[in-house]
Amino acid sequence: MDTPQTHQFKVIGTRPVRHDGLDKVIGRAKYGADYSFPGMLYGKVLRSPYAHARIKSINTEKALRLPGVKAVVTHADFAPQTTAPVYRMGGEAAVNPLYLASNILAKDKVLYAGHGVAAVAATSPHIAEEALALIEVEYEPLPLVLDLLEAMKPGAAIINPDLRRKDKPDEQTNIAGEFQFKRGDIEAGFKAADIIVEREFRTEMVHQGYIEPPNALGIFPGDGHATVYTSTQGPFDVRIMSATLLGLPEGNVKVVPAEIGGGFGAKLTVHIEPVALLLSKHAGGRPVKMVMTRTEMMRGATGPTSGSILRVKMGATKEGRIVAAKAWFAYEAGAFPGSPVWLGCFTGLSPYDIENFLVDGYDVLVNKPKTSSYRAPGATNAAFAVECVVDELANRCGMDPLDFRIRNASREGTQSVMGPKFPRIGYIEVCEAIKNSQHYRTPLAQVPGKYRGRGVATGFWINGGMQSSAIVNVHADGTASLVTGSVDIGGSRASTAMVVAEVLGLRAEDVRPAVADTDSIGYTDGTGGSRVAFATGLAAYQAAHDVVRQLKERAAKVWEISPEDVAWVDGKAISKKNGAPPLTLKELAPRLTRTGGPVTGRANVYATGVGPAFAACLVDVEIDPETAKVQVLRCTVAQDAGKAIHPSYVEGQMQGGTVQGLGWALNEEYVYDEKGTLRNASFLDYRMPTCLDLPMIEPVIVEVANPGHPLGVRGVGEVSIVPPPAAVANAVSMAVGSRITDLPISPPRLFKVLAARRG
Amino acid sequence: MHEFSYEAPTTVDQAVKLLASDGDSARVICGGTDLLIQMRNAVRKPRLLVDVKGIPEMREISFDAKAGLKLGAAVPCIEIHESQVMHRYYPGLTEAAHLIGSLQIQSRASIGGNLCNSSPAADTSPALLAVGAIAKIVGPAGTREVPVEKFFTGPGTNVLQKGELVVQILIPPPAPHTADRYIRMIPRNEMDIAIVGAGACVTLDGDKVAAARIGLGAVAPTPILAPKAAEYLIGKKLDEKTAERAGELARESASPIDDMRGTAEYRRHVVGVLTKRALLGAAERARQN
Amino acid sequence: MSKKQLVETTINGEPTEFLCETRQSLLESLRDVLGLTGSKEGCLTGDCGACTVLVDGRPVCSCLMLGVEARGKKITTVEGLAEGTQLHPLQQKFLEDASLQCGICTPGFLMSAKALLDRNPNPTEAEIRYALAGNLCRCTGYDKIVRAVMNAAKVMQGR
Ligand SMILES: Cc1cc2nc3c(=O)[nH]c(=O)nc-3n(C[C@H](O)[C@H](O)[C@H](O)COP(=O)(O)OP(=O)(O)OC[C@H]3O[C@@H](n4cnc5c(N)ncnc54)[C@H](O)[C@@H]3O)c2cc1C
Ligand code: FES
Ligand code: FES
Repeated sequence: MDTPQTHQFKVIGTRPVRHDGLDKVIGRAKYGADYSFPGMLYGKVLRSPYAHARIKSINTEKALRLPGVKAVVTHADFAPQTTAPVYRMGGEAAVNPLYLASNILAKDKVLYAGHGVAAVAATSPHIAEEALALIEVEYEPLPLVLDLLEAMKPGAAIINPDLRRKDKPDEQTNIAGEFQFKRGDIEAGFKAADIIVEREFRTEMVHQGYIEPPNALGIFPGDGHATVYTSTQGPFDVRIMSATLLGLPEGNVKVVPAEIGGGFGAKLTVHIEPVALLLSKHAGGRPVKMVMTRTEMMRGATGPTSGSILRVKMGATKEGRIVAAKAWFAYEAGAFPGSPVWLGCFTGLSPYDIENFLVDGYDVLVNKPKTSSYRAPGATNAAFAVECVVDELANRCGMDPLDFRIRNASREGTQSVMGPKFPRIGYIEVCEAIKNSQHYRTPLAQVPGKYRGRGVATGFWINGGMQSSAIVNVHADGTASLVTGSVDIGGSRASTAMVVAEVLGLRAEDVRPAVADTDSIGYTDGTGGSRVAFATGLAAYQAAHDVVRQLKERAAKVWEISPEDVAWVDGKAISKKNGAPPLTLKELAPRLTRTGGPVTGRANVYATGVGPAFAACLVDVEIDPETAKVQVLRCTVAQDAGKAIHPSYVEGQMQGGTVQGLGWALNEEYVYDEKGTLRNASFLDYRMPTCLDLPMIEPVIVEVANPGHPLGVRGVGEVSIVPPPAAVANAVSMAVGSRITDLPISPPRLFKVLAARRG
Repeated sequence: MHEFSYEAPTTVDQAVKLLASDGDSARVICGGTDLLIQMRNAVRKPRLLVDVKGIPEMREISFDAKAGLKLGAAVPCIEIHESQVMHRYYPGLTEAAHLIGSLQIQSRASIGGNLCNSSPAADTSPALLAVGAIAKIVGPAGTREVPVEKFFTGPGTNVLQKGELVVQILIPPPAPHTADRYIRMIPRNEMDIAIVGAGACVTLDGDKVAAARIGLGAVAPTPILAPKAAEYLIGKKLDEKTAERAGELARESASPIDDMRGTAEYRRHVVGVLTKRALLGAAERARQN
Repeated sequence: MSKKQLVETTINGEPTEFLCETRQSLLESLRDVLGLTGSKEGCLTGDCGACTVLVDGRPVCSCLMLGVEARGKKITTVEGLAEGTQLHPLQQKFLEDASLQCGICTPGFLMSAKALLDRNPNPTEAEIRYALAGNLCRCTGYDKIVRAVMNAAKVMQGR
């Protein structure tokens, strides 16, 4: 049978140079901040120094009088908003427009230090900044709550007065959402266990750390039509959200996606796009460019992901079978509801086939910035806890940690935590890939004066499908162009073009991919959820087949036979009737004019058939016993890609996600003072890994075809971030002989563990 | 950023005049790697910046066996690292300069800027303390020389008066069998501010310590000397045990605080570790001199 | 005071004059005044290296240098790396080795790597990692960047 695994592809699986690469290595590619227009103004946002305060008054007069200042806006300038949800992402994600508007510019309370209060447009960024200092805001400070557990207690300072406890509807609360997943008989499950491990874990807020600051260039003249240039992952998300906040019909907003300098989920929502448009409107339609500062984006509302408290109890038989699991997850939502705790709840246990489980999740408000998505949102926190406990169980059973996982592995037909049965998945295969790796088979050598340890962990991510559109145009010279609405954040132009090239029998470089604005392509969900290669790839595949259908008709005309008698094989039209030599696209293209005119293939998909993703990470660490500093010595990551269209970019996703996970494990964290000010709001003190902190990251691509995709593709963008924090914690725990429960495992924290152990 | 004027004098005299001309509101800019960030954050708002990089004597590195080292305050760290003289006579100070920021930062960041910014965590400060460096200061009232241990007055503050600038850093020539070493603790391997820094300079007489100085960073409101630890070593053989003990004594000199970069408890512990390592490293080098 | 200053300098081999305010950084001068947007802004605090340019051959964060300080200097930006249509081996290897994902960090990495190879044509992996430590990349995990620099060095040495 011809499967994606056995088929001899010509283009898929090769490593061509990406089409947009040249522009990016010569400095010509245009990112959002690179756009300029005549008469352009620069916008800046004034941000609250208080973590929780009532805004008593805002006086903008002095600022408006500063020469060069053209507009000042506040929340009141948005169209009035309600809490009635607006849907995006194919209806899967609901946005509360009142919360959205109030997060971008505070309504009557500021809820975290860094919360936007007012915005200014002026003729230079420096003048805009000076104007911010002239805006007079009178605040009435309110009690604040920063700690997750404190926030959950009755009597805590209340952030949103409208939220009520589920069990006591007249009591206010900071718990914005509760989630539960359960199956089987949890008590009986634990009774059957020979070994039970129960632990509490803690993680801090971490930032996505994309290098490019959020930016937006808004043009909103008085004609009711607005245009925004922005580096976004979701142009159509920006369109609906900006339109809503401005009170415009969705179609009146055009979003032009610029090149984007990383997002990792955080740029799926709007941060300043509506503000740039609002300022433009108030400045007589002049273009307004806004670029956030690094401090602004860390303190402000671009959204880190949640800090969390994670309690996990699991029981196994002596033989190494997990019989019961209980988890309690509380995630910081930040100042507005919406942490990814529910995603944590149903991903954490998913690698395992467990009969009895109970998972409780809490979405908790604290006076910190509203969280936003970060690569496999919610999954890493949960997996950190679960994978540490699983490691301990394996140890206590005297089993190899990978064998233990394989014994309990989810596989095709296992009922997942969410309910549906898994289709064909590659969990066992990724575990085996690590087991068979050179790295795993090489024992870790100890050296005098250091502690060394090795750890493994695995991770699961659901991946996304949803909606995509694609257009393929055939050119007279026999090349083609591919137009999609998917912003290219890491090589997706190349991979989608390769799909088209494969179908049409072209070389990858003969298909020019373009990313279109929201007026020029059909609705396409954002570049997130690992969905582009899968869903936009599917749209490209179908659009290419639409071209093939038409080419067969044209060939039929040339050969004067019926289209049914033409086949398309290996990129060629073949006549099933007379012995005419086959026609390639190159040969057919010049004849299009005379056989009916241009050929354009189109496809619009709502992609189901999503293939879940699994990854496993193996890491060796070395610890300086005196300074408690952890160095990563070696790291291997295995991941099921389904089918790797462009293996280099698949590896890149695996390596990049792994390193983000290593950063999360080792040093990254938001550090707040008691007033709720983020102390380390710079790259210098936030401490993401530099290349000097890392070894090469060894990728092992596993290909277990996704039955839901014609080429077997699964999403590859996210799952690699999930295992590393647990893998590092397991490695460090082994090295120092104590269970690590808190992230990050920074030197001061690990020092405490070591000191406690020494007594 | 606010508005300001910019001048680039080519002599110290001109610089002093410019600095004195605008009250408290004129400032030296050298590499700008501290100052421009402070100005962007509106922490400092000078009306006049005086760029001293074009003043020849502030860019010089010259060594004389009798007089010692003259190190121009405007010399960027990368040039310190590239200097044979610096490596030969002051390897510890040289490695401290080469730890600052990235290569991009070192191409701009000056030794004088590191000193005058007067951060308690500045990397070259403990190294300068260890080698007994002196700041040569010129101002409207003339020239004065201030030992680095007397230079700092608090976090981010120092003895410089209106119109004054540091022109050079003077360091005595190392006695025979003398060497220095600087080590810092950072969670990453580069691009980080010291949680603790320790500089040591050791002179050996046979296998005994004849003289020692220990400078510490990030464990007190200013970079400090650890005199007790240094005194303890005099006349002793420098080995694991004595170095360890010196480290314990150095801890007593430290008064660290909790901040976003580390806890006081951790810092106090690491002071001992780094002091020990810096001392052993310096002694190792001194033996080869 | 807000009078603009005339700065005479050399950019990518071309004698260039531009007008800037004293408070404009070299990065702003390049991007907003001269339209050379290849150098990127990631932090404005010298931490990310996206704005790296060469000043008289040395790598510098252009966000931490004033435009007026460019007087009389030779500035090289990513736009000046290729010779006409002939890509620099580093650019070629970054493309072939898939060393960029989002690409925002790429100009800075190219400039730091060029500064390294100009001084040390045959660096070890450790030397490469040290020389690039002032450049942050959040997408790639650095692996393919380090490899591209190694491979470019090989090409340049005719190996
Ligand atoms: C990314 C990054 C990383 C860094 N890493 C480190 C690090 O690892 N270790 C470390 O110690 N520092 C670090 N720094 C801080 C900084 O680079 C150093 O302190 C540097 O040495 C400052 O030198 P400069 O020439 O840039 O000073 P400038 O910013 O030009 O000046 C600093 C201050 O000193 C004054 N000044 C400068 N020269 C003189 C003079 N001759 N006389 C009188 N006053 C003067 C200025 O007015 C100003 O107040 C880092 C900075 C950045 C941006
Ligand atoms: S923008 Fe200059 S270093 Fe980040
Ligand atoms: S490729 Fe995106 S930051 Fe490096």
